[in-house]
Amino acid sequence: MDKNENLRNDLQRVAYYPGCALEGSGHAYNRSTKQVGKKLGLDLVEIEDWNCCGAMEVKNIDPEIQNFLSVRNMSIAKHKMGFDVVMAPCNGCYHNLKKAEHDIAHREQTRTVLEKLSKKSKVPEYKAGDVETIHALDWIKHAIGETNLARRVKNSLEGLKIANYYGCMYTRPRHIFPEKDQGENSESTSNPHFMDDLLRAAGAQIIDFPLKTACCGGAHTLSDCDTSTRLVVNILQAAETCGADVIATECPTCHSGLEMHQIRAEETLNITTKPVMLYFTQLLGLALGLSPRKLGIQENISDSLDLLRQRGLA
Amino acid sequence: MIEFSEIESSIKSVRDDPHSVSDPAMRLLTLGEQILENWLQSHELQPTFNEHEGFRLLALHRQGAINDPSFLACRETCRELAYQVNLYRTKSDNSQVSMMAMVALHLLYFVRGKLEVQQLGEFCCSSKPLRTQKSDLTSR
Repeated sequence: MDKNENLRNDLQRVAYYPGCALEGSGHAYNRSTKQVGKKLGLDLVEIEDWNCCGAMEVKNIDPEIQNFLSVRNMSIAKHKMGFDVVMAPCNGCYHNLKKAEHDIAHREQTRTVLEKLSKKSKVPEYKAGDVETIHALDWIKHAIGETNLARRVKNSLEGLKIANYYGCMYTRPRHIFPEKDQGENSESTSNPHFMDDLLRAAGAQIIDFPLKTACCGGAHTLSDCDTSTRLVVNILQAAETCGADVIATECPTCHSGLEMHQIRAEETLNITTKPVMLYFTQLLGLALGLSPRKLGIQENISDSLDLLRQRGLA
Repeated sequence: MIEFSEIESSIKSVRDDPHSVSDPAMRLLTLGEQILENWLQSHELQPTFNEHEGFRLLALHRQGAINDPSFLACRETCRELAYQVNLYRTKSDNSQVSMMAMVALHLLYFVRGKLEVQQLGEFCCSSKPLRTQKSDLTSR
């Protein structure tokens, strides 16, 4: 059995960490991720009694508490459920779990604090490398791969021009993603391509655009709403100028930000942009023959149904 | 220091009429440098005239990110602008200028926004400075 086959087998059944956003504003992402997994024969087992990863709020108060919150989820997956891989589809959760993993491996202070907190809260102590955290993109890319995915496509996305927006946290900061930039078959931090690879395999025309990892001001959408709107509208305009009908997303924060600021830009800046937003899992689900309703497309703020009907996908 | 509103107008004017300047790519690159100069001068730093990988823009960005890793949030935007300049140098295609202008505008909106709200960009790149802070809650 070669290395790729081993990896593929390891990913057939993984611990699933949806995170808070996927139970709220990103519900459609949760739904479509589960549906796509089911359709592809992959098994997601939700982490028992999972908690918030600490997001950015806790990190700004005390980074070690945030590390502990993230580690608790990984510890349950490993020591109570027996998993080696945790899949987190939200960029924020994915980033925080990776950051906690990095800090445990490299910082004595983190290890000391987490040992103390684990004892106090009766959580089995987590050691660096106990689990590997992956993103939903890694999961489908490595568990299924483009060739297998293309074979299973029932409704090709052919003719759909998609710009993929990866957001900032999927690749930054680089040092917490040691598995990236490792050559063939690994993700690139400067020019991510996993979403491109998967959606291209589903038949879509991938539109390259220059702001696919640019900051959307997501975390400051309340404190500095105007900056966020300007940043988002610029991303939308860049995608539109490059010819995109759709912007595919892989993070609930990015997705909501693009949707909401697209509307706000119309109201406050009088700038209208055409691309519609869909989660990459919704697009893959359509290609696999799942209905828009099953994929939660009606839950999106961005109305893509007309476009999907025109293309025979809904 | 050149006002951000003035830089924004200049970027938009190159975008709307690339023929108004002899080399729109260089003009947008210079405007990008002015954005970063504003950041540095606001932090009482003397903007460097060094180059990194052939671009002063990249050297200015590196200078701006010292002791403030959250400024790395616009690193790829700076690199994209440099990449677009390289592309223009090989093709001299004016249809590409609008794309370059969007990248330059993105840089401007980010840097201007970050001068107003310092935490902008920390969501993705904050782990380093925060790790240097004393952990009050967990030291108890």
